[in-house]
Amino acid sequence: MKFALFTGCVARGATRELMLSTKAAAEGLGIDFVEMKSAACCGAGVMPEKSPLLTDTLNARTFALAEEQNLDLITICSTCQGNLKKSEYNINSDIEYKDKVNHVLKGGGHQYQGGKIKIKHFSDILATPEGLQMLKEKIKRPLTGLKTAAFYGCYVLRPSELSEYEDPDNPTALEEIFEALGATPVYYESRIKCCGFPIIMMNKDASQAMAGNALIDAIQSGANCVVTGCPLCHLSLDSYQPDIESLREKGYSIPILHLPQLVALALGYSPKDIGMDSHIVATAGLDSILAAHA
Amino acid sequence: MATFRIKRYNPEKSPDSYYQDFEYDFPEGATLLDCLNEIKWTQDGSLTYRMSCRSAICGSCGMKGNGHALLACQRQAAHLMKDGVITVEPMGNMTPIKDLVVDFKPFWEKIDQIKPYLKNKEKPPEKERRQTPEQFKVIDDASTCIMCGACYSDCQMLEVDGTFLGPAALAKAQRFVGDSRDTATLERIKELSQPGGMWDCTHCGECVERCPKPVKPFDRIKELMAVGLEQGVHGNVGARHALSFTKSIKKSGCLNEATLPVESIGYFNFKGLFDLLPVGLRMLFKGKIPPLIHKSCEDVKDVKRIFEELGE
Repeated sequence: MKFALFTGCVARGATRELMLSTKAAAEGLGIDFVEMKSAACCGAGVMPEKSPLLTDTLNARTFALAEEQNLDLITICSTCQGNLKKSEYNINSDIEYKDKVNHVLKGGGHQYQGGKIKIKHFSDILATPEGLQMLKEKIKRPLTGLKTAAFYGCYVLRPSELSEYEDPDNPTALEEIFEALGATPVYYESRIKCCGFPIIMMNKDASQAMAGNALIDAIQSGANCVVTGCPLCHLSLDSYQPDIESLREKGYSIPILHLPQLVALALGYSPKDIGMDSHIVATAGLDSILAAHA
Repeated sequence: MATFRIKRYNPEKSPDSYYQDFEYDFPEGATLLDCLNEIKWTQDGSLTYRMSCRSAICGSCGMKGNGHALLACQRQAAHLMKDGVITVEPMGNMTPIKDLVVDFKPFWEKIDQIKPYLKNKEKPPEKERRQTPEQFKVIDDASTCIMCGACYSDCQMLEVDGTFLGPAALAKAQRFVGDSRDTATLERIKELSQPGGMWDCTHCGECVERCPKPVKPFDRIKELMAVGLEQGVHGNVGARHALSFTKSIKKSGCLNEATLPVESIGYFNFKGLFDLLPVGLRMLFKGKIPPLIHKSCEDVKDVKRIFEELGE
């Protein structure tokens, strides 16, 4: 399996452990990820506030780069996934708009054809019957006893017409992956909610109340850890976790993992190899749970 | 046979709400509202809910079906069945009055707050103020709002901050900001840029999912933000964030996570910058701070060319 990997900005910056663990998971699964080093940022839902045309043109350039390699594009960030899908939809639903975008791309020697490559989140290729079978065959250290709570990230769910999930109000992709890795999925209401990250600078109290509500829900549902496919959710739920008042009041704390970290863990990589020691909330407790069930 | 698990509440009898199950074998094609009517008429006349047109146009029968806001008259019961059960609850983010009826007062107050009427100081022409089809297209989607409250009910921002204007009022604001006949654009945008306004939207997209019409409130909020940036209303964190973000992509093709928070908060907003310190230091100690020298993506020249060609 060979794919073009759209890393997104945060995996190369504040959550470098996501990149580290994605490479480890790919190596362990025998997936060949070709990093798209000249792709620009997806716009993260922020650049369209300035200019939707600019955002769509930059993303069309990214799609053209994947088309030129004849490779499907894989994201490791829910926000990148949602924003690339949005641009793909905008461009392909209006032929005149597509011509306008391609006219701009021409100057750089690129052309976006459309319909030639698929845009998928890493979890989408794992949560297929073939992907789940591959996980089951390749795991070396089943995550028995680990109660994992999925946190999807808004952009892979909404708008539902651009989501890869059949029922974005009741997604099961991450939970199916957890089960294939030997972990026990924890279903809780907040798994499809917002982490609050987009407004962390505009309204910190509201942002952290959102993150706190979700984490309290996960903890009270019995989770040992929360696993997300979005590095922005990771920042909100991990890096900011010690600031969340509602959690502090209850004396709660919970480790947050990136999805590729969970996969790599089951493939036998050590927590240090996949950057779990760089998290703000310590993940050591997870080792004891796994050791107790080994 | 289906079980309708309905959240009941009657403060005249008890301060606590409770769930009551009703069994009803509904016919093919029945909407949730048809089922509630049947239950009310044949099983329990005290069951209380709002309804009127039965055609998804009056916006009266908003409620939650299986945890999400919807119009009861617009959804077939069969589509809501989960293991033989349909859970029906009052809408969220508003106080229940009785059973499925909620108090819309905060919803209407926020609609009032955005001044939902045409502002134009010029003397009206002899006949109506006309619009071209292109001009109307800008406000077409927002004009379809039926004020049902579904977006308001499930807005994730309102769940944690009741001062947020909310998706319905903001979509209504776009209907006037985008109206070619309205002349108060700048005044409106300045008000919408205040705390609790458009920049407080958390981008969750929930409102788009729940809206029974093509309003797509989140998309309208994005349009308001674009007008705010165009009109030069930049004196707030949200606008500075969008500008800093875009500037960073123009420069290097990818986001500079080191400059974004500082530029968004504002170099002279000492309290805001001080608030960033704890998380900044925590991340620094764990080696999670972005690289000091921000690296550009390969072929950044082409990215810059695109910015220039589009006049950005």
